[in-house]
Amino acid sequence: MANVTKNRANKRVTPTNEVLLEAEHIIKYYGSEQKKGEQRVLVLDDISLQIHSGEFIAILGPSGSGKSTLLRILGGLIRASSGMVRYRGQEVTGPNTNLALVFQTFALFPWLTVLQNVELGLEAQPNLSRTQRTKRALAAIDTIGLDGFEDAYPKELSGGMRQRVGFARALVVEPKLLFMDEPFSALDVLTAENLRHELMRLWREGRIPTKAILMVTHSIEEAVSMADRLVVMGHDPGRIRAILQGLPLADRVAKTPAHEELVDLVYTLITQPDEDAAQIVAAAQQQGAAEVKSEPKAEPKPYQALPHVKIGVINGLAERVLRAGGREDLFVIGRELQMEIDDLLPIIEAFELLGFGEATGGDLVLTDEGRRLAESDEQADKVLFRDQECQHIQLIRQIKEALDAAENHEMDETEILEQLEEYFSPDEASRQLDTAVDWARYAELFAYDDEAGLLYLEDAAPVGNGE
Amino acid sequence: MAQVYLPERTEEQNRPQRGPIPSTTRDTTRAQNTPPANPVPRQPGLADVAVIVALVGVVALIIAGAGRATAHSVDTVISLKPTILPLYAGYSLLRMTLAYILSLVFTLVYGHIAATNQRARTIMVSLLDILQSIPILSFLPGVVLALIAIFPHSSLGVELAAVILIFTSQAWNMTFSFYHSEVTLPLDLQEAATVYRLSPWRRFFRLEVPFAMIGLVWNSMMSWAGGWFFLMAAEQLTLGTRSFRLPGLGSYLQTAANAGNVAALILGLGTLVVLIILLDVLFWRPLVAWSDKFKFEQTKSSDAPESPILDLLRRSALLENFTMHVVQPLQERCNLLMDRLMPAPSETVTADGDAALPRRLTAGVIAGWAVTGLLVLVALVGVFNALKLLVQVPLPMWGQIILDGLLTFLRTVVTLAIGLAWTLPLGVKIGTNPKWARRLQPVVQVVASIPATALFPILLIGLLRLPAGIEFAAILLMLLGTQWYMLFNIIAGAMAIPTDLREAARIYHVSGWRRWKTLILPSVFPYLVTGLITASGGAWNASVVSEYVQFNNKTVMTHGLGALIAQSAANNDLHVLLASTLFMATIVVTINRLVWRRLYNLAERRFRLD
Repeated sequence: MANVTKNRANKRVTPTNEVLLEAEHIIKYYGSEQKKGEQRVLVLDDISLQIHSGEFIAILGPSGSGKSTLLRILGGLIRASSGMVRYRGQEVTGPNTNLALVFQTFALFPWLTVLQNVELGLEAQPNLSRTQRTKRALAAIDTIGLDGFEDAYPKELSGGMRQRVGFARALVVEPKLLFMDEPFSALDVLTAENLRHELMRLWREGRIPTKAILMVTHSIEEAVSMADRLVVMGHDPGRIRAILQGLPLADRVAKTPAHEELVDLVYTLITQPDEDAAQIVAAAQQQGAAEVKSEPKAEPKPYQALPHVKIGVINGLAERVLRAGGREDLFVIGRELQMEIDDLLPIIEAFELLGFGEATGGDLVLTDEGRRLAESDEQADKVLFRDQECQHIQLIRQIKEALDAAENHEMDETEILEQLEEYFSPDEASRQLDTAVDWARYAELFAYDDEAGLLYLEDAAPVGNGE
Repeated sequence: MAQVYLPERTEEQNRPQRGPIPSTTRDTTRAQNTPPANPVPRQPGLADVAVIVALVGVVALIIAGAGRATAHSVDTVISLKPTILPLYAGYSLLRMTLAYILSLVFTLVYGHIAATNQRARTIMVSLLDILQSIPILSFLPGVVLALIAIFPHSSLGVELAAVILIFTSQAWNMTFSFYHSEVTLPLDLQEAATVYRLSPWRRFFRLEVPFAMIGLVWNSMMSWAGGWFFLMAAEQLTLGTRSFRLPGLGSYLQTAANAGNVAALILGLGTLVVLIILLDVLFWRPLVAWSDKFKFEQTKSSDAPESPILDLLRRSALLENFTMHVVQPLQERCNLLMDRLMPAPSETVTADGDAALPRRLTAGVIAGWAVTGLLVLVALVGVFNALKLLVQVPLPMWGQIILDGLLTFLRTVVTLAIGLAWTLPLGVKIGTNPKWARRLQPVVQVVASIPATALFPILLIGLLRLPAGIEFAAILLMLLGTQWYMLFNIIAGAMAIPTDLREAARIYHVSGWRRWKTLILPSVFPYLVTGLITASGGAWNASVVSEYVQFNNKTVMTHGLGALIAQSAANNDLHVLLASTLFMATIVVTINRLVWRRLYNLAERRFRLD
């Protein structure tokens, strides 16, 4: 095992090109079967992926790209709407018996002690006696560095220790497949680093019998420093945009130039969802190292979707980028703000939508409006926002026009919601409206009465534009 | 009788706060959970003696009860000798225990099926909603007469009727609570259970029951208190000319009141209070303290409930050995057996309505349809018979029913108003003063669990001499049965007012009425609504026993829907009984939907403090 897991700079030359798990043309809809067509939300669009024995794969992508759903389909926890998953050539129709799963939320049973939690995975194995079970659980607890905590309850432990229990529970069943769903994202930076390191040690030294690891993460750096291959996904609908070869082991650990380059490439890929992935990768001169889906130019979206960002952060971001001279590396911003791509991406999207900046080549570049925003005071900011929102934000413009036209300058939110529900799910529609209201309130474009569900123009609102 | 809506949050808040006892919980939890691989042997001690004595007592009680069940005639002569009181208390306790076990089993089975079977869910949940709105005492005549017909020569029928009656007062809120927990099971834990392939059996006892435990324990306590209320009524009842009496505390109190024997009354009441306190200390508090480990929280809370009795049990070497050498192996066997009978499903069950495969005709599906069909059949027959009875109700009678409904409605409104008038200021006073809250909460709890029906005979002696005494008495009884829910909730609400808000109010000199309007009332509002919902349901239910009273071999009654139900039950007037029962259920459900649920939603939306 140890031989297998070492020195796998290039999977094609390693002896382990044995396919362990294989997904073919996975399509997944959410929403009920009855409501066919528009009402069904396409979550995963034609995903095909092979996981080889001895491989560590990371799945990366912005939120809403269906990473976690894909993980669960691969593990047999959720059934795909169409397509097939095979484990060693056998079709998977139920929860994979060779699988262990580590959760972002740890998913420990609070009423069971550490030992009982770890034993839980073994309970389903009828040929194990109680003493054998305990023995194996204690051994796993020992391996993962939890000795002394056997009788503690999860609530008595720190987050890092809790996730150790999660790992012990997963490893005690000696799974062939280890799936991890953002296992480190609920931990603080140092603890996460420590736990990552220990996991990698166990895995590379072959001290765990696991044949392949699949990790969903939204931390690009984490993925780059751990994985043999990186699957980069895009959203609306969830699809694979590129599969990148991971770095040689030596480059993964330190902050080598190769490491930085790959992180930058992934940042560029993710922050430019509408660009062709193949071109981006080619531009980064990584030809041959990646299998890239050359995708058709994204169709124009039927309705502009607003990222759910509170307006206050936009200002701060503009000021930050201006301080760097109007152009800043996204990955540097992310690291500085301790934001993973999931948190950062919506902010960048909002920034772009409002026309304050543009993400190109892994950098964020301010536009003229962006510069003005960073330099001006609060009142001027509001005017700027008002202009940009009326110009660029479809939903806000639409509401504003309707309010201007209405006799009493009022309208019922249900009108807007009904319209939005043609393009979004009811939940998403109301979130879209909430975001629009938040932005418009800041710009003093219109007001909203939550209790009555009424949108209206404030009498005292300064006479703005759009008239 | 207790109605529970969305109990999770309020339960937590309702849970009594406990005084600062030096903390030893940590050590004791450790001790109890010593790993089997390396047990620490302990010396038998005083704790073991206590455990043995308790065990012997329970066994003796069960044997005595079983022997008595066949030996007695239906109408028992109730002795007023003080020495018989412990025995009577034992009988009452036994009935309560049996009913509670019945409720618990019902809760687990019904709640589980309602939560896991998508198709059964809608029907089962609305059925539960209706069942809990039906005045319990309406069940009584039917149940008693049927069971007496089955066991004509023993008191078993009446005993069973009492148990079933208490069951109907206990089961619904427990079931609701369990169902609610089941449908709010965290997804990640469910997935963990699936990935690690827990069989349905293990999943139930490892995940579902533990997750529901806190709510279940809290609702059990409420149900138990409600059970006392109806036990007192069930131990002595008259149907037309036939009267049925069961030896127990309830019938003792009734007999004493009828005989005008004040000494016996006080003695009986004292026994009841002692019994309630003992149960609280020996059973409920340890249970609450034990169930704290099932709290779904990520950090250890500082004010975990404690119980010296639980500590004693946890330190008992005998009990530990028993658990290790008898309970755990048995559990293991049982688990293995159930695993074989119900293996973990090997197919993915998709809950998001994405039916990828055509439904296959398995035995389970067929059985499901059969059960559904049977239920529909039973329901149809029931509805047909009910209609047959209802058409016999003359038109003027309907007028009477509606008028009486109005009267009882007014009475419940007055009751709630009086209750609110004194519990709100007092509850806020207690709740905003932590020292008082700690001291008074256990007291209030015990006082609240003394069933109003037990106090009733005493009150009647005084009240019935007054003009329109029964009016006072009816409202007073309804009040006694319901005000505590309000007081509990108001105290809990006042305790939950954040300190920073109170400080802000003080700094900005918000005082007097403004303080009430801006700080206290909005903070207490959600709790108040919860309390009022329960109180309102309880008041309607209590009207059946409070508007129609048999006392000193006389019947005293006032006009009201409760009186109508009780009277028609006593006279075996089935169609009026059915009509008035249905009407009351309708009113209760309507008020819940139109008033309480809206207020509750408003409270959730506007006045949540988190």
